[in-house]
Amino acid sequence: MDIFSGLLHGFSVALQPANLFWCFVGCFLGTVVGILPGLGPAATIALLLPLTFKMDPASGIIMLAGIYYGAKYGGSTTSILLNIPGESSSVVTCIDGHAMARNGRAGPALGIAAIASFVAGSVGIILLTVLAPPVALFALQFSSPEYFALMCLGLALVVLLSGPSLIKGLLSLLLGLWLTSIGTDLFTAQSRFIFGQPQLLGGMDFVVIAIGVFAIAEVMASIDAGDKARMLPVPKGLRNLLPSWEELKACRFAFVNGSITGFVIGVLPGAGAAISSFIAYGIEKAFSKHPEKFGHGAPEGVAAPEGANNADSGGALVPLLTLGIPGGGTTAIMLSALVLWGVKPGPLLMTESPDVFWGLVASMYIGNVVLLILNLPMVPVFAQILRMPVHILFPIILGIALVGAYGVSGRLFDIGLLVGFGLLGYVMVKLKYPTPPLILGFVLGDAMERALRQSLTMSQGDLSILVRGWISATMLILAIVILLLPLFGRFNQARMKAIAEGG
Amino acid sequence: MSKDILRNGDVLSGAVLAALGVYIFMESRHWVYYGDDGPGPAFFPAWYGVAMVVLSLALMVTTIRNRTKAEATDWAGVRRALVAWAVFAICAASMFWLGFFVSFAILTFFTVAYVFRQPPLTGAIIAICAAAGFYVVFPFALSVQLPTGVFGF
Repeated sequence: MDIFSGLLHGFSVALQPANLFWCFVGCFLGTVVGILPGLGPAATIALLLPLTFKMDPASGIIMLAGIYYGAKYGGSTTSILLNIPGESSSVVTCIDGHAMARNGRAGPALGIAAIASFVAGSVGIILLTVLAPPVALFALQFSSPEYFALMCLGLALVVLLSGPSLIKGLLSLLLGLWLTSIGTDLFTAQSRFIFGQPQLLGGMDFVVIAIGVFAIAEVMASIDAGDKARMLPVPKGLRNLLPSWEELKACRFAFVNGSITGFVIGVLPGAGAAISSFIAYGIEKAFSKHPEKFGHGAPEGVAAPEGANNADSGGALVPLLTLGIPGGGTTAIMLSALVLWGVKPGPLLMTESPDVFWGLVASMYIGNVVLLILNLPMVPVFAQILRMPVHILFPIILGIALVGAYGVSGRLFDIGLLVGFGLLGYVMVKLKYPTPPLILGFVLGDAMERALRQSLTMSQGDLSILVRGWISATMLILAIVILLLPLFGRFNQARMKAIAEGG
Repeated sequence: MSKDILRNGDVLSGAVLAALGVYIFMESRHWVYYGDDGPGPAFFPAWYGVAMVVLSLALMVTTIRNRTKAEATDWAGVRRALVAWAVFAICAASMFWLGFFVSFAILTFFTVAYVFRQPPLTGAIIAICAAAGFYVVFPFALSVQLPTGVFGF
């Protein structure tokens, strides 16, 4: 199936009434969680995952993806009106977005954020449509050593960019690898690390870990921080939300910059939307004729990062759908969702499950339009969500977490695990251990171990099989270089700066 | 070496993870490392267990050698979060006897009234409304099974 006919097929799937409905639900929920500080898309997708088990895979992934990219639209609202980022990817929007709002230009700031998100999000989806098929075709050459090397490279990048301490990132990853080993070894039926608990023979459920580490930990961290901020008023009426011609003209380069930077960074595992938005902002400021206006309400300072964090979604789906390699916590949960529905992400996804792949891609074009409508004329309505008191919101999140954990297997044992992982996630947040490497280690650990053991079985224990092919050799060398780079002062300074700015 | 550095979160967490690494390595010794068919179930855990020990020790040594001072902790905030977690844990445990709705109502009441210090009446109203709302959405509208206790719901 070529790209054009694939896309046509995708639209025939995405335009089915049920899928249109789930696309709208995903975009709506994404906007809501994007607006709410303290509840991220990873936590929301983890919470809602058990409810999608009975859904058709295409409908399920359309809804979950809607939450994923919808949250990036919604995140800017909180940044602009409250000076608190709704999402980590909207941190940089606070700088000029809130400054514009303080200058009485809250409406145009929200309008620019929505327009930039729409333009760059659309560019990201077009690039995903065009680039995913050749990447998948290339990945068909991969066998076990290449997959093992690819996972090493992906995990190395995630660890590199997940936090200031490389050691903590690696330890978090190893913890994830250990958690995924718990249960029965699929090669030999040997039970491992089950502590005498028969409930652990089947391994731990990803959903329980994700809800605990993301949702419960986020609630605890928010209760700990106890942030309170004053919201600036939202202008009513579409006319008051539209930017002036001069403001739009000033944002021309920012739309292009955000689209390309966001997509390229999005493809790299670990970098994430927070870093792409900061890089786009930095490029915008560096090339601006008026860099002194940045920080005081420059519209380009809103357009570039908001564009970048939305184009990032399209980029992040390229390795997820074509290689089966997620680049961050949210995409790791989406990978698990696909696996739970019996769909195998990777180079064969396009041919084996065209409804899922092309249906998702086509739904993103539709979702982007839905989000523009939700985030432009309806932003005053959504802003009212910020008035919801946390003492009502947090018990609801905890309740949904309990339902989600119990819904996976119907065992109270999983609720006990949820409680434990909630505490683990909070301790990790407090001690500045990054959580994405743990989740990625858990998601990829099983496949990584299988690829390594298959490779060594093929070579009768000869480790050189891992570097015999040029693809696996290149990826393993890159992974080693990535992990050694922080030892060099200048590179490490740049890395620390990127992480610090990325929040 | 001052006592403060030993109380540092990085040193403590490093020690816990080093112990976990040792446990993983020791446990893996009970299984086949390399068999006739290739690497056995001990192969992967043995390596990441060793890596965990090495990295944890590196974290501890770096922290102690650099005398890295931990950032000031807002203990009041930590206490709030831990109280919220304890309430959550107790209600989760009580679900076996009380069922989801009663436990969730208790969880909501304590979270609203004690963690967020709202009037008890507000807490009670929110608790009843939230539990009723969950009943309508999950078992009633979505047919999701939830734990039932001695009350049968």
